Amino acid sequence: MPKHTKMKENLVGLLKSFTFALFISVTTVSFAQEISKDATVIKAGEELFNGNCKACHRVKQKLVGPALAGVDTRVPSVAWIKNWVRNPAKVIASGDKYANDLYNEYSKSQMTAFTSYTDDQIMSILAYIKSEADKPDATAATQTAAGNAAGQGGEPSGYLDVILVGMIVILLLMLAILGIVSKALKKYLNEKPLSEEDKEVVNSPYTLGGFLRSPGFIFLVVFVVGAVTFKTVIDGLYSIGIQQNYQPKQPIAFSHKLHAGAYEINCVYCHTGAEKGKQANIPSPNICMNCHSQIKKESPEIQKIYAAIGYDVNSASYTGKQKPIEWVRIHNLPDLAYFNHSQHYNVAGVKCQTCHGPIEEMEVVKQYSLLTMGWCIDCHRKTDVNTEGNAYYDRLVQVHNAAKGSKSKMKVEDIGGLECSKCHY
Amino acid sequence: MSETKKTYWKGLAQLKNDPNYVKHANDEFVDLGVEEDPGHSRRDFLRMMGFSVAAASLAACEAPVRKAIPYIMKPVDIDPGIPNYYASSYVNGGDYCSIVVKVRDGRPIKVEGNSLSTVTMGGTSAQVEASVLSLYDNFRLRGPQKGDTKTDWEAIDKEIIAKLEEAAAKGAAIRIVSNTILSPSTLATLAKFKAKYPTTEHVQYDPVSAYGITQANKENFGVAIIPSYDFSKAKTIVSIDADFLGTWVSPIEFTKQYATTRVVNEDKREMSRHYQFESNLTLTGANADYRTMIKPSQHGLVVAQLYNLIAAKAGKSALSAGIDKVANLEKAAEELWGNKGSALVVSGSNDKAVQVIVNGINDLLGSYGTTINTSLPVNFRKGNDETMASFISDAKDGKLGVVIFYNCNPVYDHPMGEELGNALKNISLTVSTSYTPDETSSASAYKAPDHHYLESWNDFEPKPNSYSLSQPAITPIFKSRQAQVSLLMWAGETVEDYFSVLQENWKNWFAEKGTDFQVFWDKCLYDGVYQAVGKKEEEPKGKEKGKEKTKSPEKVLSYTGKEQEAATAIAATYKAANEGVEIAIYESYAVGNGSQANNPLLQELPDPITKAVWDHYVTLSQKDATKWGIDNDAEGNTQKVKITANGKTVIVAALVQPGQAEGTVGLSLGYGRTKVGVVAKNIGANIYPLITLLNGSLNYSVSTGVSIEKTAEDFQIAQTQIHQTYMGRENVIQEATLAEFKEDPSAGRDIPKITKWDEKVDIASVSMWKGHSYPNHHWGMTIDLNSCTGCGACVVACNVENNIALVGKDEVIRRREMHWLRIDRYYSSDAKHDDYKGLEIAAENPEVTFQPMLCQHCNNASCETVCPVAATTHSTEGLNQMAYNRCIGTRYCANNCPYKVRRFNWFKYHDNQQFYQSNPAMNTDLGRMVLNPDVTVRSRGVMEKCSFCVQRIQAGKLNAKRERRELKDGEVVTACQASCTSGAIVFGDMNNPESAISKLLKIDHYIEKEVEKDGKKVTEKVFNYSFDKKIGNPRAYRVLEDVGVKPNIFYLTKIRNKDKTEHTS
Repeated sequence: MPKHTKMKENLVGLLKSFTFALFISVTTVSFAQEISKDATVIKAGEELFNGNCKACHRVKQKLVGPALAGVDTRVPSVAWIKNWVRNPAKVIASGDKYANDLYNEYSKSQMTAFTSYTDDQIMSILAYIKSEADKPDATAATQTAAGNAAGQGGEPSGYLDVILVGMIVILLLMLAILGIVSKALKKYLNEKPLSEEDKEVVNSPYTLGGFLRSPGFIFLVVFVVGAVTFKTVIDGLYSIGIQQNYQPKQPIAFSHKLHAGAYEINCVYCHTGAEKGKQANIPSPNICMNCHSQIKKESPEIQKIYAAIGYDVNSASYTGKQKPIEWVRIHNLPDLAYFNHSQHYNVAGVKCQTCHGPIEEMEVVKQYSLLTMGWCIDCHRKTDVNTEGNAYYDRLVQVHNAAKGSKSKMKVEDIGGLECSKCHY
Repeated sequence: MSETKKTYWKGLAQLKNDPNYVKHANDEFVDLGVEEDPGHSRRDFLRMMGFSVAAASLAACEAPVRKAIPYIMKPVDIDPGIPNYYASSYVNGGDYCSIVVKVRDGRPIKVEGNSLSTVTMGGTSAQVEASVLSLYDNFRLRGPQKGDTKTDWEAIDKEIIAKLEEAAAKGAAIRIVSNTILSPSTLATLAKFKAKYPTTEHVQYDPVSAYGITQANKENFGVAIIPSYDFSKAKTIVSIDADFLGTWVSPIEFTKQYATTRVVNEDKREMSRHYQFESNLTLTGANADYRTMIKPSQHGLVVAQLYNLIAAKAGKSALSAGIDKVANLEKAAEELWGNKGSALVVSGSNDKAVQVIVNGINDLLGSYGTTINTSLPVNFRKGNDETMASFISDAKDGKLGVVIFYNCNPVYDHPMGEELGNALKNISLTVSTSYTPDETSSASAYKAPDHHYLESWNDFEPKPNSYSLSQPAITPIFKSRQAQVSLLMWAGETVEDYFSVLQENWKNWFAEKGTDFQVFWDKCLYDGVYQAVGKKEEEPKGKEKGKEKTKSPEKVLSYTGKEQEAATAIAATYKAANEGVEIAIYESYAVGNGSQANNPLLQELPDPITKAVWDHYVTLSQKDATKWGIDNDAEGNTQKVKITANGKTVIVAALVQPGQAEGTVGLSLGYGRTKVGVVAKNIGANIYPLITLLNGSLNYSVSTGVSIEKTAEDFQIAQTQIHQTYMGRENVIQEATLAEFKEDPSAGRDIPKITKWDEKVDIASVSMWKGHSYPNHHWGMTIDLNSCTGCGACVVACNVENNIALVGKDEVIRRREMHWLRIDRYYSSDAKHDDYKGLEIAAENPEVTFQPMLCQHCNNASCETVCPVAATTHSTEGLNQMAYNRCIGTRYCANNCPYKVRRFNWFKYHDNQQFYQSNPAMNTDLGRMVLNPDVTVRSRGVMEKCSFCVQRIQAGKLNAKRERRELKDGEVVTACQASCTSGAIVFGDMNNPESAISKLLKIDHYIEKEVEKDGKKVTEKVFNYSFDKKIGNPRAYRVLEDVGVKPNIFYLTKIRNKDKTEHTS
């Protein structure tokens, strides 16, 4: 098909010189009708994109791979995309010019093959990309929204100030009134015929010494000091073993703010165990290498990964000399408590941030939550069981609804979530 | 309830009303007199406490920095925290079991049966369950050794090859000695070795030999084989001293088969009848319906007499040997003949003559082709006693150049071991491949340790066409090397690894033409077993020597009777009335033949019969004990006796054992190890030297020239048997005979009544408790007393699964063993309390009942009410939970438990050098690898007990939740249930109408309830979520039902296949 190849060459040329206009006007008609605008298809595409593509691609931003907005129009054909996604190596090996140019442009870093993708799945991803590309830039809007939210967040503390000031004013007023009452009483008593002794009592001056020696004052001081000491000791004892805000220095300065925040990489992309097991797992360096075999190769922090996994940047090959990375463990549950990530993340659908806090904002990770038993129990009391679409809970929901009516939500507590041997065995 | 109430007692001490026993009978925690004064006062305690509080608060100021080290390249299939399961095979000499290994984070932590195997069918034994701890034995050899100096493989290979070549050049004899080898690839390896060194001969022997059987079959069928026995097809089973449920040939397989014939229910009111004639009270004898005590010297005559009785019915001539007045023998013969074609006679004798007669009986009964299959010979015992004996005499005579011991220990476990050990010094090259130090490796010049079986690749052929694979579940811990690789390297071959050798063999032998070998191999490896449809295409090259061939014969072999000659031999050897005491030697149920003696799990496993742990003893009857002036008391205090036989002397403690034939004593093998780790060192005496050769095979009894003398030395045997009595309360064991059961399936049930002011009502209808409702699951268990053989595999499985501490002999004497699950063994008697004479008769040969006893997970639990800190509470799934960190150790709960199943941590058993010997799993870095990471290791001062394997329940539930589906029956299996070969234990969700337990108990899940519908009252059937379920199985009962605690564990009545309520004497 010489004609076809020629057309491809033309297209590449156009792309490289950033002269899209003509091209789009020629090709949109021919390809656009294949890409669905159906909301369900877009939704499906979004899920696939977030789950699999997002680690390297954005719609409007160049990341590890190219920005994908307009991809359907700039590549040779939709069929080409399908081949590329399923087996990029094959496309490159076939000598396809567009593919090879792309490959060279991204310093010979090859995209992961998604062999099992069906045509429909690929088309749904394209539909999502297209719908995202067509949306106006939303950053500004988000920012204003965020600003509003921050303003609202300040309000409760304002109330508190007003109440405090009010109370102080009331107290001062009461003091003044009491002073007036006392003065009036003194005056009244002095007018009465009183014995010498009584007069002395009425006119006795307020001395500081007398006040300090008064039993009432001594009791008050002892009580206050005792109470404060007691509270401090108890608080101190309770805080034994609690490492909230523990933020140790890690051997590699990995930034969650960058990866989870700016690049929005899904947590389970690296923490692979959270979905299926007890441990979320600290990612093994081979996961880092998915991207960092190409990105930021010179960074001294990335060099540490290379040193650990035994990777030689110059020859782009593994030497086999490995050295484990000793991360400092931040979250230390006692051995007597059994905690399973998959129960919470996978089954209950609890967000990682619920316990780990705004991890996407942390440059250095710290322990956000208390991780005490009271903290666990508290959540188990408040949280509704995620029963939707889970046949395991069907009978429990049925029994719960029969007993308490379908309006009251079934909490974790209601299905034995506070029992000892749910976590201790 | 039947008229005759039987009396159960837990030991002779209880029977005799020993004052020492009575004193402590009602105590849960016994104060055994003044303990050593530790020298601490209350002030010391306060001082220490003050210091610890201060230290703890100071230490807490700075949290310890803990490191987390992830994989560098994470393997795809391994996720931290998620167990992987690998099918493999347990093989120890000729003992075989197909298993599934649970591996957590690269460490094998549990072994369970593989139900895909056609041989062991998912069953296990105590030794199989315990074998995972042997992997982490601190006394394993760390690498190759020359003498006692450590060396490396290269050096040792060089020296061994040089010596081998030197021997080959001189034409000196080379011998490879092993136990039975089940592995075709190992045999092929040996053949390659032999090809390189043609003077090599392979000598196989078994510590507990069955050579007599193979020789008898050679006589009768022309081939030296042990046939397959099928107990499941037998309606009448007669065993003369064959402990087929405990130790004989293939106990796991036989238990599985036997159990199927012992199941009775309303629809199946038939079961097999089992006669046992034996000297010691064996596990099999304890399960028999009729048991007769005979002396070893009568064994042959009893067999001959049985032949005569059956021959008379068959119209055949009688033999020249026989014996009169053996109880139950005529009855047994009658029934065997009546059940012709579904009868089976087995004998544990290793005497060829006796086995020939047994073959004769089985031939008369038509057992061949029905209960015995000669076309499917088993490979479990291929040892040849004669070649082994001639090997040892060759060694003594200095005729051998090289001896390689392939994973065997004949210096310890052969009667002539000592002589062999001495002779080894004069042989130019001796090598042992044992993975642990033992008597033979210590006597050998080179130690070339093999991997533990959980680190090795292997294949096995337990029966023709049934193949089994072993795969490593862990990277070799030490610098050991697979023994086959060693042999191949010494034979000058270059081997990368044994895996490729194995795969190559399988490719040659089994690969079907046209199929992808990788697919075939992966399937076999996944299943762990491979059942070949036809014959192997090619015999493995290793099957050398025509006479040893175990090639499967194509058709049923033709039988040639040789009874008369055998009878003549029997008449010459056996005596009807032998004067003097006789010794019957048996294999220990716990430590087996001694190869796993250094495993504390087995040392602390109570013997099913004597309930003794950590000890070796001689069992004798009460009459003999009285005669010899030996006195056992309730605390196991006894005297040591000196036993002399065959010119050898052993000194062991004496233990009075009901059921021991008068005039005989029982001695177990497996003890008296000398070159072994600290666990087994110097426990008891080695009994192997007492064994002699009789008619060419090893004879496991001594009938003449035995003398027994009481010594002045006192000794205390640690026994768990008289602990935790039921305080004389009845209705713990409920039993009936089959005859009664046939008429009334609820026969033997004791339904307690409570008296109200006007009437007597069922105890179940009265309660002062509010009860529970279980909206989701309701976990329960049934234990069939009829199927339980008392083997103890569940006890070990529970120990391993739940990180249960092993406490050692001294603590067991103080009744502080930690087992969550124990098996209570009750002897019974028909005699009344005041009928002392009657009791005496019963004591000689009692009926035995085994009752696994564990936390009953009571719905109205008495422990929960008395806990002052609510450390033990009830769950919404029917579990009685125990929160260790809440427990303050008041022990009120244990005192209030009617079942005495709560165990208290008197010490910190982990990280405590005091328990280094007994509890290495918690005290050595290596041992700790076996601990189950999902179960807390308990510390001092807390109570613990069976949790119904709550970690498995939670894991099963989570799995279902993750897959968004209901939990299916069979997904949650407790460790004891999984280990139970006979299927006596059934665990499951009683709220699930489809579950096995619901069906077994015939639970009616619906109750009628009045509801208002359209203004009218209607009765409607609603699902019953209450704890109180209607149980339809007439055999099901709760232990101590009259206490009213309503356990979630049900027992099914014991049914004995007897004609009427009677007892044998």
